[in-house]
Amino acid sequence: MNIPHLLQQLHGGEARGVARAISLVEDQLPGAEQLLAGLDRQRIEKVLILGLTGPPGAGKSTLTGELVGVLRRQDIRVGIIAIDPSSPISGGALLGDRIRMMQHALDPDVVIRSMATRGRLGGLCGSAGAAARIMAASGCRVVILETVGIGQSEMDIVRLADLTALVLAPGFGDDIQAMKAGILEVADLLVVNKADQAGARRLQLDMGTVFSDPGDREDRICATVASEGAGIETLMERIFFFEQLYRQDGRLQERRRRSFTLETLDWATEMVKARLQEKMKTPRFECVEPRQAALELVRGLVNEKVNYKKI
Amino acid sequence: MKKYRVLIGKPGLDGHDRGAKFIARALRDAGFEVIYTGIRRTPDEIAAAAIHEDVAAVGLSSMSGGHVRLFPAVVDALSRAGASDIPVLGGGIIPAEDVPAMIEAGIRQIFTPGTKVETIIAAFTEACAQQHGQRE
Amino acid sequence: MKTPKELQSWQENELKKTLDRFPERKDPFTTHGGREVQRLAVPEEIDRNYLENIGFPGRYPYTRGVQPTMHRGRLWTMRQYAGFSTASASNERYRYLLDQGQTGLSVAFDLPTQIGYDSDDPMSLGEVGKVGVAIDTLADMEMLFDRIPLDKISTSMTINSPAMVLLAMYVVVAEKQGVRSDKIRGTIQNDILKEYVARGTYIFPPKPSLRLITNIFQWCAEQAPLFNTISISGYHIREAGSTAAQELAFTLANGLTYVQAALDAGLELEVFARRLAFFFNGSSNLLEEVAKFRAARRLWARIMKERFGTTDPRSMMLRFHTQTAGSSLTAQQVDNNIVRVTIQALAAVLGGTQSLHTNSRDEALSLPTEDSVRTALRTQQVIAHESGVADTIDPLAGSFFIEQLTDTLEREAVDLIGQIDEAGGVVACIDNGFIASQIEDAAYQYQQEIERGERIIVGVNEFQVEEEATVPVLRVDPKVEDEQVARLQQVKAERDNEAVQQALDELGRAAREDRNLMAPVLAAVRAYGSLGEICNVLRGVFGEYRGRQW
Repeated sequence: MNIPHLLQQLHGGEARGVARAISLVEDQLPGAEQLLAGLDRQRIEKVLILGLTGPPGAGKSTLTGELVGVLRRQDIRVGIIAIDPSSPISGGALLGDRIRMMQHALDPDVVIRSMATRGRLGGLCGSAGAAARIMAASGCRVVILETVGIGQSEMDIVRLADLTALVLAPGFGDDIQAMKAGILEVADLLVVNKADQAGARRLQLDMGTVFSDPGDREDRICATVASEGAGIETLMERIFFFEQLYRQDGRLQERRRRSFTLETLDWATEMVKARLQEKMKTPRFECVEPRQAALELVRGLVNEKVNYKKI
Repeated sequence: MKKYRVLIGKPGLDGHDRGAKFIARALRDAGFEVIYTGIRRTPDEIAAAAIHEDVAAVGLSSMSGGHVRLFPAVVDALSRAGASDIPVLGGGIIPAEDVPAMIEAGIRQIFTPGTKVETIIAAFTEACAQQHGQRE
Repeated sequence: MKTPKELQSWQENELKKTLDRFPERKDPFTTHGGREVQRLAVPEEIDRNYLENIGFPGRYPYTRGVQPTMHRGRLWTMRQYAGFSTASASNERYRYLLDQGQTGLSVAFDLPTQIGYDSDDPMSLGEVGKVGVAIDTLADMEMLFDRIPLDKISTSMTINSPAMVLLAMYVVVAEKQGVRSDKIRGTIQNDILKEYVARGTYIFPPKPSLRLITNIFQWCAEQAPLFNTISISGYHIREAGSTAAQELAFTLANGLTYVQAALDAGLELEVFARRLAFFFNGSSNLLEEVAKFRAARRLWARIMKERFGTTDPRSMMLRFHTQTAGSSLTAQQVDNNIVRVTIQALAAVLGGTQSLHTNSRDEALSLPTEDSVRTALRTQQVIAHESGVADTIDPLAGSFFIEQLTDTLEREAVDLIGQIDEAGGVVACIDNGFIASQIEDAAYQYQQEIERGERIIVGVNEFQVEEEATVPVLRVDPKVEDEQVARLQQVKAERDNEAVQQALDELGRAAREDRNLMAPVLAAVRAYGSLGEICNVLRGVFGEYRGRQW
């Protein structure tokens, strides 16, 4: 793969270059490090990585599609990474989030990429984070990271974001109730979507109790009807408001450092795991107890000279 | 195993996507990552999505008779976007007598009604492997 | 033997009233050899279970049929759905059919028309005139019904999202013939809810779509009382791969959603409920299908009576059209399809259908040729005139198997409707994907069974033969598209464009103000505003439905 050419393409905003670069990283092909090291750091500095998560059925894709519409009317280039789970049985995946964003399919300044979790413990955060930076380097001012669900792995991905909005809808709040206390750990904004449906008012009041400060209650809860485009501009304004705030008070920088650690650990785990698996195949390896075996394995790895080519 | 990404698209206006969805699911169950565009997409939209998603193959389905104009239009749109290396396969209500013209227009393979799903999966696997082989 | 008193009451009331007005087709009906065919077989002992769950035709709960004499009084309407490329070609065919004694038309529109695009819209590329006739402006509709007296025929139009526009065009064409809207008869499909989960010709989001529908209910109640305002369709749900119970449940759930929407819009139940019609699929599992039709009638009557409290028998009666299952046709050994269609049509007739379309053997390949359409029609005629099944009413009633299956299907449907109610109703279940995913799961499972050979489809995964593709295929000339585009451009050049713009502006205002849209749509149509222009105004106000995430 000709990395300088690929970098040139993606920095020029060419769709194919961006797409190929993301695949390169996602498939962990040779040249990935070189590519990532060559990305435009200034653009990465400027980008806002917006996490969008919530239970399935809350209307995230529709909301994303509408947010993209608002951004495009302001002539802002935007990227979307939509993450869906892989089938644990076949390893395959159905990625259907695009359906609700197809109105932007022909816009050269909207970059959409679907990504499957590929059932891995490590690697996904790394891939998603790298994809966000590739999009940023291609000129995206905002990258939306959309995940389905409110489980642990989704939360991990969300931690890559500079700012996260949790999307809820009436009838889909039950799971949230159980974890209300933890909401603030992940969400900067709460979006009550389908606000025209029965139960929306209650959900909104309910979510209000999450915040002790009445000012937060006002600022951090947004009502939308994504299917009709209602409330989207206000939501976008709030998002930019908090971005500004977080950049000023240093929270954004702190989050970037956190996600750097997370991604690094993620990649390292992935690399070590692959190496460990390989080492276990060697015939010399004989132990009766797994714990003992693990210790042997790690000792061996630590003493080993790292061959970068193999990673 | 190598993860192949494919895109299943429905060009034209017909909304009967039972077949498209079946193939999408069957490919998922065979280990593919399948991007589905939904119904009523234009050839340009399908080509753009295929490029953004960096898929190794595109599958098209049509039930309204629109394949005559629409399938070649997708091949054409891919080629105009500089992605003529992405193979296009097609299926749906397509009379056998249309197949030669479709192949002529650059469709890699056409599946007429009643084709077994294993045949279709094997064809996608082969097309994807070949496309990946061409990547530098 | 003494006649049970309930039977006697039915004979003296419902039956007598009907016979006085409409004598049966024959008197008496006989078999070869002269044995008289019994009108209605009933058990010797009529118990409470029989009366509550089975009863008599034309009497609640209508399990055995909606009319007291059923097909003995009048055969079902043999209504073949057809549409041809352009308005003038279709007109020619319709006039031929009417000359042959047909009294009803069934208009198939092409996909751009069904989705509210003009023929010159980029989205229409390759689709103009393909699966039906292309209608852009009133001029096309005038040509479609040229020299066809709209006071004498009934017209069924398969149109959903833009149904109001096509209805308005029909009304104006009638008006120009001197036929007032209270004289026109026919049906518009107008069933948007199933489009979101199965057929796909939606334009607007569900809420404004329901408004268009209730606007039509209201306008027709006042101005066109003989027109069936909706045909609530399970056909396409089944074609998308649902089970029989799902078809039943989702169709009736859609039906009650329309009823509720109309009530919420302030309409009187008794005024619109009797104009509701249904449309089901006739599949190959003969006994299950018969049970499905019987369960549908009984369940709808119960819903209308118990949920909505109607006392008007006509509001409780589920009248339905049937089409044989297009998805069951195979491209292999196409003649086998004639046999499939025969079984499916028989199920519809035994199930008491009011009208029937039989598919043609070659429809797995393309639009049907004239020869195969004739055979399809002949299939109905053989069932009607030779099989004898139309000479008695609900002949499968009382079979342990059929009655138990009828009960089971009704119960399964009630369960599913309950789940939908619980989840916030049909619109919420379109939105969260519940209905579509139920259908998709059933479709996937069924197809997997075929792939694995657990379910035999004759000629497809068993009993195959080597065959050459020798079936003649009907094609629409691609020139049709270019001609239609030219025609539209001519109309646009000749009309008063200022008047069109004014009418469209007024339509936009009405849409934003929540007024009934029928009047402004009529005005726009009269000014030769095009279907696409009218729909675009509404798109601007209502937004577009983007499809469900998958």
